[in-house]
Amino acid sequence: MEFAIDYILIPLVKIALLLAVLPLAVAALTLFERKIIAYMQVRLGPMRVGPWGLLQPIADPIKLLLKEDIIPAGADRWIFVLAPVISVISAFIVFAVIPFGPEINIFGKAIPLWITDLNIGALYVLSISSVGVLGIILAGWASNSKYPLLGALRSAAQMVSYEVAMGFSIIGVLMLAGSLSLVNIVKAQQSSGVWYVFYQPVAFLLFFICGVAETNRAPFDLPEAESELVAGFHTEYSGFRFSLFFLAEYANMITVSAMAVTLFLGGWLRPFPNVPWLGFLDIIPPLFWFIFKIIVFMYFYFWFRASWPRYRYDQLMKLGWQRLLPLAMANVIVTAILVVLLRG
Amino acid sequence: MIELVLFYIFAVIAVVSAILVITQHNVVHSAAFLGATLFAVAGIFLTLHGEFLAGVQVIVYVGGILVLFVFVIMLIAVERSVGERQFNRQWTVALVTAGILIVEIGYGLYQGKDSFVLPPAAAAPAAAVAGNSERVCTALYTVYLLPFEIASILLLVAIVGAVVLSKKKTEME
Repeated sequence: MEFAIDYILIPLVKIALLLAVLPLAVAALTLFERKIIAYMQVRLGPMRVGPWGLLQPIADPIKLLLKEDIIPAGADRWIFVLAPVISVISAFIVFAVIPFGPEINIFGKAIPLWITDLNIGALYVLSISSVGVLGIILAGWASNSKYPLLGALRSAAQMVSYEVAMGFSIIGVLMLAGSLSLVNIVKAQQSSGVWYVFYQPVAFLLFFICGVAETNRAPFDLPEAESELVAGFHTEYSGFRFSLFFLAEYANMITVSAMAVTLFLGGWLRPFPNVPWLGFLDIIPPLFWFIFKIIVFMYFYFWFRASWPRYRYDQLMKLGWQRLLPLAMANVIVTAILVVLLRG
Repeated sequence: MIELVLFYIFAVIAVVSAILVITQHNVVHSAAFLGATLFAVAGIFLTLHGEFLAGVQVIVYVGGILVLFVFVIMLIAVERSVGERQFNRQWTVALVTAGILIVEIGYGLYQGKDSFVLPPAAAAPAAAVAGNSERVCTALYTVYLLPFEIASILLLVAIVGAVVLSKKKTEME
């Protein structure tokens, strides 16, 4: 009975909660994005649906769900249907290892705020997000149309390139924490009293740049460059299937933010966990800090989109392979030497 | 018990989709089934507590190699390959040869069946499961250092070779 509750019931409840909250969070983020970009461009953004446009995130999904589902005549049906499913599943199952907070007590039972604590957590996130590329390429190919194919080719090349630098950028953190488990990485930051961003500032910048590129967001949004490719790989998708891609993209943005927060910004820890007189901040629950930090990252995403022009394709490749990758490797080597020297 | 059930599920997925990889006419469909096979193999690694191996399997084979396969497939005309014959004319000869090979391997396995009996389970304590990645890395960098370095050099040579081959000749010599 105890076993059934601990290993079946509680995880199922957590999974159900996550699956319910994530799409809602994505819907809320779309309004957040439109409002922020609107204010940056001295506009008002959505105002018509509900007061201050607050019901817009509910109206949009309803519209998408009620739209006609079109599969182009020349498309490869089977792959066309499969592609968004791959994207969405790989975007969602990553959240299984993200620690949202420490263990909390509910009815005298210690319940951790993560679904599972894999001992290969960071590797798991990287490997599952590398599968997401497959959804995008297959979608581009299955549409049997020029723009999606071009978008998918660009996207595959871009994501494979930046994945390498991204993998290298987190190695420094893994060496400091001595673990691949995301929970242990946060706990290591707690015990050392310092967020790893202060030990690994270069890696942090590299990780976030690569993360923006991995999620195909501005200024790396070449795979869906509106001015040249219509909408890139999802040009032929409409209605529900389009909304799956949309959901996957925003879920991936949340994942990148959550990973950046977990690896570099102390996860659920409050700011400056080593400064005692800031102890009054402990009244605020850890879950708040985690979500607050993620929202800050999402704000950066939208800020980038509002302010920077898109990279040209050759600039993108040059940046990834000739600047970010060598820098990430140098960071790994320097960190390794320092860790060995300082720990004796 | 549950691990045995999971093993059979993954094994069936792996074998069936591996067969579908070679019987599909459309290469993109083959690639999709290859992905299923690779995932099922990762699942088998997981049932054996090889978490690190499973993660690497997915990131290297699905995220790397399969993506590159699909990337290359997109640059060729799939419509033409769909119309082509799937088996060449010598399939009867191939079938007989393969049959003989299977019998041979089966006989060899039958002869050596005593070596498949595992030593009593006491040899693998539960503590060995923890720190899977550390154990893999320790083994790679101590016991198997030389083979590991040889493999690394081989890969390095392959990378340099690929760059040299694909580099355009910019100046006439």
